[in-house]
Amino acid sequence: MNKNGKRNFLLTVVALIVLFGLSCFVQGEVDAYIRRIVNLCLIYAIIGLSMNITNGFAGQFSLGQAGFMAIGAYMVGIFTVPVNLRADVFYAVPMNPHLVNIYMPLWLALIMGGILAAIVAGLIGTPVLRLRGDYLAIATLGFSEIIRIIITNANTITNGALGIKNIPSLNDVRYIFLATAVSYILMTLLLSSSYGRAFKAIREDEIAAEAMGINLFHHKNLAFMVSAFFAGIGGGLYGALLGTVDPKNFLFTLTYNFLLIIVLGGMGSVTGSMLGAVIVTAGLEYLRIFDEPLEIMGVAIPLFRPGLRMVVFSVLLMVCVLFWRHGIMGTKEFTWDKLINFLKHPNFGRKKEVQRK
Amino acid sequence: MTQNVLRTEHVTQRFGGVIAVNDLNIEVNEHEIIALIGPNGAGKTTAFNDITGVYRPTQGRVIYTGKDGKEIDITGKKPSDIATLGVARTFQNIRLFKDLSVYENVLIATHLHLKSNFLSAMFRLPWYRQEEARMHETVERFLKEVNLWDVRNEKASSLPYGRQRYLEIIRALATDPKLLLLDEPAAGMNPKETAELTEFIRRIRDEHNLTILMIEHHMDLVMEISDRIYVLDFGNTIAKGDPAAIQNNERVITAYLGEDEDA
Repeated sequence: MNKNGKRNFLLTVVALIVLFGLSCFVQGEVDAYIRRIVNLCLIYAIIGLSMNITNGFAGQFSLGQAGFMAIGAYMVGIFTVPVNLRADVFYAVPMNPHLVNIYMPLWLALIMGGILAAIVAGLIGTPVLRLRGDYLAIATLGFSEIIRIIITNANTITNGALGIKNIPSLNDVRYIFLATAVSYILMTLLLSSSYGRAFKAIREDEIAAEAMGINLFHHKNLAFMVSAFFAGIGGGLYGALLGTVDPKNFLFTLTYNFLLIIVLGGMGSVTGSMLGAVIVTAGLEYLRIFDEPLEIMGVAIPLFRPGLRMVVFSVLLMVCVLFWRHGIMGTKEFTWDKLINFLKHPNFGRKKEVQRK
Repeated sequence: MTQNVLRTEHVTQRFGGVIAVNDLNIEVNEHEIIALIGPNGAGKTTAFNDITGVYRPTQGRVIYTGKDGKEIDITGKKPSDIATLGVARTFQNIRLFKDLSVYENVLIATHLHLKSNFLSAMFRLPWYRQEEARMHETVERFLKEVNLWDVRNEKASSLPYGRQRYLEIIRALATDPKLLLLDEPAAGMNPKETAELTEFIRRIRDEHNLTILMIEHHMDLVMEISDRIYVLDFGNTIAKGDPAAIQNNERVITAYLGEDEDA
């Protein structure tokens, strides 16, 4: 067991180094379009997993991710724009004099954004996490919109509906890869600790979990805050990648992207969130062929126009949910043990019972 | 005189117009096995829920004596706080964490005594790792005790019914309780299994120095191991006493068998 642990740890390190090498390659050799998709996949993976902590692991149906992302993104937007460019950004209403000279490097702004998102989540969670199921979803959705509306109206801080431009653009796969890797490692460590097991207990049976001495409120709030923290980090990276933040980027519909990622990848699976993020993000890009006019033998097919992509995607999603209810991974995880076992005895999932010796 | 571990004082539970439990006064002394019996709908499980904090009693108090020997009023406290004080329970309709493994089920029960906060857990700081190692030792000990060690990686729901009962009891024991509440532990068991369970309950009482309060319908089990019995009917306590006295109690016989019409 211990020997396997050491081997798995080494394999993980090697995999990370290989992936980092790959991200250096993508950064140096691949065109900007692909690079952008890779960046988006990575960022969406962070936010997807953060959402999976509350929804998949703690079993609390929360739809507030867009709001927490907005907090992170605005933290980056407000504090990383170079001081001398700020007058250009805030041309309608001048920026609040207390903030105008505060500058933060990106990494600090990301962490501060995460922390602020977690604090806001803590405040929201206190009343809201007493709710269950659909009610919780509606309440968190509402709070996510409230956050966005506050941002739209805090003109001197956030430049209101005009958004913030001139954010030093972060178009570096390596940086985003490292941020993703660190976030994933931290979230995985938390989820595999005793606290992560307590989250799962709450998901499985709240009454039994409570009878086992797990304080529902503390643990739900913890899951919610950690989730918001990483959503804030992801949102900050998203803002930095786009180079601009605008309240309209953080409509509640954004949350559904991540809901899609975790439903497709598997509620309660870390590796599933990663897979889901890649499939959804890359899939949405490659389905763009449906948005372009198509002519077959000189006849224009009338359906092929902007928007068809989303129709096709929705149908694919419905098929997935109908026939593959637990997503790709369910609550299972990819592990080195399983991979090695599979390579040794490839059974293609047909025979589940392996004889015990 | 031995000390009370649990005492309910005039506990009454109303649901709208229904009085589920009426003026319940139970005393459970250290190291005793007390049975709570009565026909269906007598309010036994409601009494359990009042004691463990699932419901807040409409009236009355629940007094528990903790491991430090001090009396604590636990009326209306949160179930998780009551569990942390040392009151563990099982459920009438088994409530395992179905999709988790047998091992995880018991491991989760050791979470309540974890002192490290979530950051120490996330960064795997040395004191967290020590605690985690101890948790794993506890789980291994308990699972070996009931021969569930070999199936530790199976899903809890895949175990046979009887084994699930044992797993639930072991999970409750892993919280390191002083008082254990068993809600129909022998439900659905055949006479042989019931006899085994009787032996098991007695054994854990002695080995883990427990006090046990249980609801049970299997009279052979109840009569064999209970020190004292409380009989409930329609929320009222109609009898209490040792097994022999209960067996011959007129009111108990009437409650169970109904009124004799010729009389």
